[in-house]
Amino acid sequence: MKEVTIRIRRSEPSVSSDVHYDEFKVPVGEGMVVLDAVHYIQQNMDQTLAVRWNCKAARCGSCSAEINGRPKLMCKTRIDSVGDKITINPIKAYPVVKDLVTDVSHNYEIAKKIPPFTPKEGLSAPFKMFQIDVTRSKEFRTCIECFLCQDVCHVIREHHSNYFGPKHMVKVAALDMHPIDAIDRSELLHGEGGVGYCDITKCCQNVCPEDIRITDNAIIPEKERIVDHAYDPIGILIKKVKNRRW
Amino acid sequence: MSSKHEFSRLKTDILIIGAGGAGLRAAISAVESGCSVIIATKSLLGKAHTVMAEGGIAASLGNVDPQDNWKVHFKDTYEEGVFLGNWKMIEILAKEAADRVYELERYGALFDRTPDGKIMQRAFGAHTYRRLCYVGDKTGLELIRTLQDKVAHSNAMVLDEFVVSKIITVNNRVAGAFGISMRDGTFKLIECKSLVMASGGLGRLFKVTSNSWESTGDGLALAYRAGAVLMDMEMVQFHPTGMVWPPAVRGLLVTEGVRGEGGLLYNKEGERFMLRYSPQKKELDARDVVARSIYREILAGRGTEHGGVYLDITHRGAKYIKEKLPSMYMQYKEFAGIDISKEKMEVAPTTHYHMGGIRVDPDTNMTNIEGLFAAGEAACGVHGANRLGGNSLVDLLVFGRRAGISASEYAKKVKQMKFDDSIVNEEIDRIISFTENPTSTNPYILIDQLRETMSKYVGILRSAEDLQKALDTITGLKGKARNVGILGGLRFNPGLIACLELNNLLLSAELVVRGAMERKESRGAHFRNDYPNLSDEWHKNILFTYNEGKNDITFQDVPELPDYLKDLFKEGQA
Ligand SMILES: Cc1cc2nc3c(=O)[nH]c(=O)nc-3n(C[C@H](O)[C@H](O)[C@H](O)COP(=O)(O)OP(=O)(O)OC[C@H]3O[C@@H](n4cnc5c(N)ncnc54)[C@H](O)[C@@H]3O)c2cc1C
Ligand code: SF4
Ligand code: SF4
Ligand code: FES
Repeated sequence: MKEVTIRIRRSEPSVSSDVHYDEFKVPVGEGMVVLDAVHYIQQNMDQTLAVRWNCKAARCGSCSAEINGRPKLMCKTRIDSVGDKITINPIKAYPVVKDLVTDVSHNYEIAKKIPPFTPKEGLSAPFKMFQIDVTRSKEFRTCIECFLCQDVCHVIREHHSNYFGPKHMVKVAALDMHPIDAIDRSELLHGEGGVGYCDITKCCQNVCPEDIRITDNAIIPEKERIVDHAYDPIGILIKKVKNRRW
Repeated sequence: MSSKHEFSRLKTDILIIGAGGAGLRAAISAVESGCSVIIATKSLLGKAHTVMAEGGIAASLGNVDPQDNWKVHFKDTYEEGVFLGNWKMIEILAKEAADRVYELERYGALFDRTPDGKIMQRAFGAHTYRRLCYVGDKTGLELIRTLQDKVAHSNAMVLDEFVVSKIITVNNRVAGAFGISMRDGTFKLIECKSLVMASGGLGRLFKVTSNSWESTGDGLALAYRAGAVLMDMEMVQFHPTGMVWPPAVRGLLVTEGVRGEGGLLYNKEGERFMLRYSPQKKELDARDVVARSIYREILAGRGTEHGGVYLDITHRGAKYIKEKLPSMYMQYKEFAGIDISKEKMEVAPTTHYHMGGIRVDPDTNMTNIEGLFAAGEAACGVHGANRLGGNSLVDLLVFGRRAGISASEYAKKVKQMKFDDSIVNEEIDRIISFTENPTSTNPYILIDQLRETMSKYVGILRSAEDLQKALDTITGLKGKARNVGILGGLRFNPGLIACLELNNLLLSAELVVRGAMERKESRGAHFRNDYPNLSDEWHKNILFTYNEGKNDITFQDVPELPDYLKDLFKEGQA
């Protein structure tokens, strides 16, 4: 059977400042994904290796990591797509709990701040809504909350600003584009949400495992929306460019 | 022995174990009643097993087929459960389904629509009418997000990545639960007045399964050890279509939605074999029928190269498939390198759902332990010997809500039960002992052996001989399990969790096997080669009670239908 070499970053910051890489040789079978290799190690070579996973079907968004430097889901990354030498790091945007597991609880705090769906007054279920209107919001509803987009956003990684981050822009877009939602979340985004920090580099949408067009379809429209309420230079620029007649 | 390890204490009116659809819906009702609520879950919020549900949620809205109503839904569910289900629970489910779906829409869920702007409904196996409300093939995701948002904006407290290892009862009444927080490796005692068990199923008992890692039968084992009666444990559903190739994704679900959207099954010889096994309902017959048919084709040597049969949806065209079945399209493309709009899929049955579980009162969802409630896949009653597609998600909402309401009413009536800390210290010692023995047995190896055994001997076709082999293996593994242990400490140590789960898996496995040995007939998902027929004598539920280390097995007649429901089965009705 073919073998690959897997290097995994090991650390447990609350216990010691030691950080090192352990190397394992793992036999690979047909169709194996990176998470299979990690499980193999855990079950046969080092039972203390910490990893977060749940569905192994690319549905729950638990198993995010950086595989050879690229943010990916371990359960959706086939070994034959990444080569014979594989280095796995935890995602960098959040503090490490242990090995490949990070503390993503900050995202749940942000989620609480985003006002929930609130139907327009006077309407009661069953609602009348049409597929074409529903479809606009649907793209954002496929978000599996893997936080890979948060991981690559340089605003979050480097500047530690109070920007909510792309994942939460997607959430807001899902709510704002609900055909009968009544709330305006733009003030929150501009203020506390810090959407002004986003300089539309599109790194986030390039890593989204659900192929959500985060920057194009969620952030830019939200920025445009905000311009109507407050001053946002990038938003205004986008609007100008978009409205230009060539 | 007194423990040197510390633990913290939490107090709440209601503790809910599980953040799948059932647990979250229960939490919403419990919070609305004004009670304090804690939700404990093994994974992060929003990631529970339910998030994987694909095809849809069953409710007789009649948006596409106006003839549909609760009576037909009742009839389909009772009949396809082969008369083993509890009629009261099925009636409640069929009647309240529509309200729960519309409520979900009120909470913000966005279902696919009909041309006139109503919730769209699709066909599914053995539902007489097009009844499944859906969101592409990501219905579970929408359901979880919607409920998750509600809970996040409530004052319920969520203990995520928290593994409950024991339920504490005093004089047959609930007093609390104990467990370990994976993230920081600390122990917590949660005192509560009522407890809702919404811990899901036991699919990980089998090697080939569609289930997430959470489904290890924990809740069943915890409730059972605390004295709760379990029922019909032998009733495990094998979904007809799981992936077979590559081996790394064997068991991964291929939604029934594929057949609902017109997918056809062929054997190696190109024969559409369902026409032979089920000339009327064909590919859309009940799951047990389709699963057995596929299995028999494979046994007869008419299977594919990798031991499956073909499922073909190519005639629908790429655009339609990508819109209606986006996850399936992705799943085959990413994992198998197959474009399902151009090529056939290879599929074979996979362990999917547990109809058996904790016995509950049909009106209140309370178990025989006072203050202990159960809902969702962990509970038993609705699905009899075979669950219909879409009937689980609606079960979660209908009975999750009812369990939440009953648990609140109960909590308001009673005082917190008192108990001695020695119970807690014993439990801490038990958990710590797994980390203190460096020469111990690796739990993963035992779990592997167990899963292998279950898939081999307790699968789609069962026999006395095979079941005995399974039981012997389980007995052997139980012996070895006394010596399991793991390196490393308490914080985020998956091996430690595996040690805890192993004991729950072994107990669940033993009860599944014992039930299957007892039930000397074939009914729904439970098929015995040596007793291939349905038997009137076995129109019974099998009950399991833990009695000082022993498993007592007793039987009860399935409650008889009242006349107004019997009438539904007379010709021309419903
Ligand atoms: C791939 C797939 C597709 C499906 N599609 C459909 C469909 O289309 N329609 C349908 O009706 N049904 C479908 N089902 C079935 C349905 O999804 C499940 O039956 C249902 O989601 C179970 O929900 P639940 O709330 O009972 O439990 P789960 O969602 O399984 O949640 C269990 C919860 O309990 C927690 N838990 C368990 N043990 C412990 C413990 N010891 N301590 C703390 N917490 C614990 C878990 O962490 C989790 O939060 C599908 C199932 C699968 C696998
Ligand atoms: S587009 Fe905005 S949100 Fe996305 S990575 Fe760039 S800065 Fe971050
Ligand atoms: S938007 Fe995409 S990358 Fe970001 S959390 Fe959601 S699924 Fe993950
Ligand atoms: S384990 Fe669920 S996305 Fe990878």
